[in-house]
Amino acid sequence: MRENGRNAIVTRGLSLWYGSFQALIDVSIEVKEGQITSLIGPSGCGKTTLLRCFNRVNERYDYVRTSGGIEILGKNIYDSDVSLVELRKAVGMVFQRPNPLPVSVYENVVFGLRIHSKRRELKRSELDTAVEKALTEVGLWKDLKDRLDARATSLQLEQQQKLCIARLLPLKPEVILMDEPCSALDVEGTRAIEEQMFELKGRYTIVIVTHNMSQARRASDESIFMLMGRVVEHAKTEDLFLNPRNPKTLEYIEGRYG
Amino acid sequence: MESVTPPSERFTRTHQVARRERAQTVAKWVFGAMSLAMVLPLVAIIVYLLYKAWPSLGWEFLADIPRKGMREGGIWSAFVGTLYLVGLSLAISAPIGVLAAIYLNEYARESWLNRLINMAVINLAGVPSIVHALFGLGAFVYGARFGFSILSASLTLAIMTLPVIIASTREALSAVPRAFRDACANVGATRWQTIRAVVLPNSISGILTGIILQVSRAAGETAPVMFTGAVFFKAVSRGDLFPYRLGDQCMALSMHLYTVSTQVPNVKESIPYATAVVLLGSVLLVNASAIVLRIWLRGRKKW
Repeated sequence: MRENGRNAIVTRGLSLWYGSFQALIDVSIEVKEGQITSLIGPSGCGKTTLLRCFNRVNERYDYVRTSGGIEILGKNIYDSDVSLVELRKAVGMVFQRPNPLPVSVYENVVFGLRIHSKRRELKRSELDTAVEKALTEVGLWKDLKDRLDARATSLQLEQQQKLCIARLLPLKPEVILMDEPCSALDVEGTRAIEEQMFELKGRYTIVIVTHNMSQARRASDESIFMLMGRVVEHAKTEDLFLNPRNPKTLEYIEGRYG
Repeated sequence: MESVTPPSERFTRTHQVARRERAQTVAKWVFGAMSLAMVLPLVAIIVYLLYKAWPSLGWEFLADIPRKGMREGGIWSAFVGTLYLVGLSLAISAPIGVLAAIYLNEYARESWLNRLINMAVINLAGVPSIVHALFGLGAFVYGARFGFSILSASLTLAIMTLPVIIASTREALSAVPRAFRDACANVGATRWQTIRAVVLPNSISGILTGIILQVSRAAGETAPVMFTGAVFFKAVSRGDLFPYRLGDQCMALSMHLYTVSTQVPNVKESIPYATAVVLLGSVLLVNASAIVLRIWLRGRKKW
């Protein structure tokens, strides 16, 4: 277990602009290692933007500018010697809509390994082991072990989403970012993914963006409430929901706006 | 005062509604007739050509060379010439076009240089073929001293087809969902790995279709080859698959059609028509194979 009180992610005075629009304003947070932290807030508050900063995937768009610092596991990810490839290996992301690649289940899981190793170094047996391990970890092995050649895009949505989590695992990520991972899923699927998160907690640091406040309440250790690009409140989830310090937080969790 | 509508008369057609429904029926038939009218010319052309060309049609016409001052015989020399021109021009323009499109669509960031390139591509696609012809004459025949040759003509055709190949390839590439690229980026794949593993396999059918459709364009254009490398007549031996070299001039179907229709007196009437049938037939065959290829490749991808 990694719940040792260390910080996995620290941002200092982080600001981000889309063109001339400032989407993040002076964000300074500390996310604890091995825990589940949820980012909540109304649409457009910057929670997804913040999440996408953590593996610098925002930078794929030209009009994005950032200032301030982000440290992940003690390393400033804006340092010039940081390789985006290595960063994204360590900080994986799960999207709102499951996005399995249009190849087989098996190839989806080993995709990361394949692109990070020389072809000769990969033995079939190692790949097989990795697939079984990753799919077992997300609870898909029993259902899919006889259908590894099936197209990933033909699975049920919930299975697709679990597969997208499984796809990250062979690369041994340290942080898993989830951007509303359940919004395309029904109640059962949502429960399955949440259980999944509890399984993964401790071994991985999980940051989840969610619109669903009850999900944040059920599934996370700490919550960060954001509004208009600023962090309004960051506390243990039960404290944030039971005794919010900021009146804005109270109004939001009571559903007065958002 | 409003009168109360009895239940039995509720939801029935009023006059206004009936009129609108009539208008909609008329519109449907008129529009349908127009789209049918579009098919008629094609059918008419094919039937008319086949009817006129009938006396000359046959394998013999394709395999034999023109004889007696092109008044008799076949079209082998022109047919092979067109194969050379089309094959060589696409061998030049397809790789350049596809690679350029990949750069523009996958790598290039928004900048004034890119907007300039985009504008150049669009405008190049709109340049009339006769202007391409003149450019080819100046640039390749005289400028680069390739002379009147298959090489000059193919390069001219390549420049003509390039922008369209770039445009169709970009379209095929952007049809690949962004989610796939995100998925790759988030396991740390480089852009090139993403392109190779995901983008190309899922857009190859569209890319190939775009290229194949340029075959018909390259085969049909007359002016560019006439200015740069096609001749009225060239003696080759019957059925010879390799009668020309790169530096030679050659015959071409489109040019031959022009020649036998307007330049040579007393040609047997069916010969120009049969030439047109061969030209049209090969183009339709190539287009059909593009469609088959696309269906086959699309059958293998699902998302």
